[in-house]
Amino acid sequence: MADPSSHLSRRDLLRSGLRGAGLLGVGAATGFLSGREAKAETVWQINPDLCIQCGRCATECVLEVSAVKCTHSFGMCGYCKLCTGYFEPEPVNLDEGAENQLCPTGALKREYIEDPYYEYSIIRELCVGCGKCVKGCNMFGNGSLYLQVGHERCLNCNICSISTACPAQAFVRVSADKPYLLRGKGKPGK
Amino acid sequence: MTRALLFALTALVMLVCVQPAPAVERFPPPDFSSHSLPQTVAPVQQGRGVAWLDVTVLASGLALASWHSLKRRSRRGIVILSLASLAYFGFWRRGCVCAIGSIQNVALGVADTGYAVPLAVLAFFTLPLVVALVWGRAFCAGVCPHGAIQDLVLVKPLKMPGWLDEILGVLPWIYLAFGILLAATGSLFVICSYDPFVGIFRMAGPRIMLIGGAALLVLAMFVGRPYCRYLCPYGALLGVASRFAKWRPTVTPDICTQCRLCENACPFGALNPPMTAKDGQQRIASGRQRIVLLAILLPLSALLFGWLGGRIGISSMPMHPAGKLAALVLSQERGELTGTLPDELTAFRQHGADRQAVYQKAVALESRFFVFGRWLGAAFGLVLALKIARIFFPADAHDYATDDSRCVSCARCFTTCPYELLRLGVPVQVPKEGVGNG
Repeated sequence: MADPSSHLSRRDLLRSGLRGAGLLGVGAATGFLSGREAKAETVWQINPDLCIQCGRCATECVLEVSAVKCTHSFGMCGYCKLCTGYFEPEPVNLDEGAENQLCPTGALKREYIEDPYYEYSIIRELCVGCGKCVKGCNMFGNGSLYLQVGHERCLNCNICSISTACPAQAFVRVSADKPYLLRGKGKPGK
Repeated sequence: MTRALLFALTALVMLVCVQPAPAVERFPPPDFSSHSLPQTVAPVQQGRGVAWLDVTVLASGLALASWHSLKRRSRRGIVILSLASLAYFGFWRRGCVCAIGSIQNVALGVADTGYAVPLAVLAFFTLPLVVALVWGRAFCAGVCPHGAIQDLVLVKPLKMPGWLDEILGVLPWIYLAFGILLAATGSLFVICSYDPFVGIFRMAGPRIMLIGGAALLVLAMFVGRPYCRYLCPYGALLGVASRFAKWRPTVTPDICTQCRLCENACPFGALNPPMTAKDGQQRIASGRQRIVLLAILLPLSALLFGWLGGRIGISSMPMHPAGKLAALVLSQERGELTGTLPDELTAFRQHGADRQAVYQKAVALESRFFVFGRWLGAAFGLVLALKIARIFFPADAHDYATDDSRCVSCARCFTTCPYELLRLGVPVQVPKEGVGNG
């Protein structure tokens, strides 16, 4: 028993035993976890019905300019002349003057279509995802403007840095095959 | 009659208007005769389908790192490989996905059957562990971008005192337990949130993250791989796996004459000097003492830290959004809230303000936090007991050898060994036992 060689071999036996157990454990865990039904990759998205437009999407993203962008479901839009998502609460004039606009970066474009209808679209390059227009649209309008994670820029972090800061628990993992939670589905111009 | 109807209608309209319910059609969309509505812009991710490429790069990186550290014994190979890994996993993939963070996905997957761990993430968790069980910590040496960035800035390694090294060596286990607790309860991925280098890889991020990363890099110039040794939770797991590895790097390619030339070669404190050989009687005595110590320490430590873990678990509840909301709702109900309403409560009110549901959820959450905290605490207690036993009763070592768990296979020490130089064809005189290095 005191022989060093027998001691060594006993230790080796223990080591190989534990190595085998380790391999088996890792294998079992892998098998258990990979057997799940939904194997599809997930990406982050905002549930627009839970969003309260607190403004943290603009500040909490790991990117310099947030990956969250305002999204517009045209089929739901009322094409209002006085859009509460576009204009300051008490605009000087109902025109495209910067002093009348709610958007801090001028990312919402207003175009005349026919009397009295105006079309609003988002310039994604300018949008910072602050949600000011979304708030205005949800308060008094149809809610056709809402925030969505823009997957052309999102890094799909393992944990979305905005999701941990979101006070409304509006961030969800969705299947990468359907990466958006768009409103007004099934309507023309969805 | 008409008045009553009108009143009912007005009431209905007001009811609808007062609640800022999402997506109400207050203004019917117009029917344009000539204008067609544009499509909603919903761009897809660029360069998708890289997951399988990541796994391929990971697997070949692991194979190459093992080959360079064990078969070719080439530091140059390891350096080139770690530069490539730093470029690919670090700056190109921007630090995500990574093996360190994958612990949390696996923990969440095990605890929550509704969450499917992406297969690529699962591979990032599994492959380095399997390799460590066979060939040691090749992942740390050549594949992990976090390891690479620290390894490459190391200019003047200072020797850490043994006691400090042991104490700081406990931190990864605490971080691991805490990370698993928060991930398994679905609170947040704390290991990702406080990752020091991902901000550097992305050249963007919260200021605190960037400053922390830069500070750690400055520290890494003088203390070898500080994150790997004193924080990395995945390194803790790999260390255990490497303890049972079939093959691991050895300083000498064949024999050790205890010439002491390699003594200061390791900047990570992973090179152990020979232990004074015990004779048979001493060995049996110290073996018995160890068993006695473990028999007392293991259950005691598990119980103590299990109890502590349960307490810590419950007090970490506000880190879960539902736990935080419940705490806020409760303090509002008690009238303890002053000043502006927190956004959480604004959201709570807009979502229907169901207090009971929030409390019920919090009660269920509390028991999860308690149970997970207790088990993780107990597991931490076992690890700590084993660590203590190892400090008091180190294993016998006849020669200079790499540490079972600390060695990250960086291949620095190889060329300090005269036998390695002989193997490489460098004409050196092999020093006699115990006289080298003065």
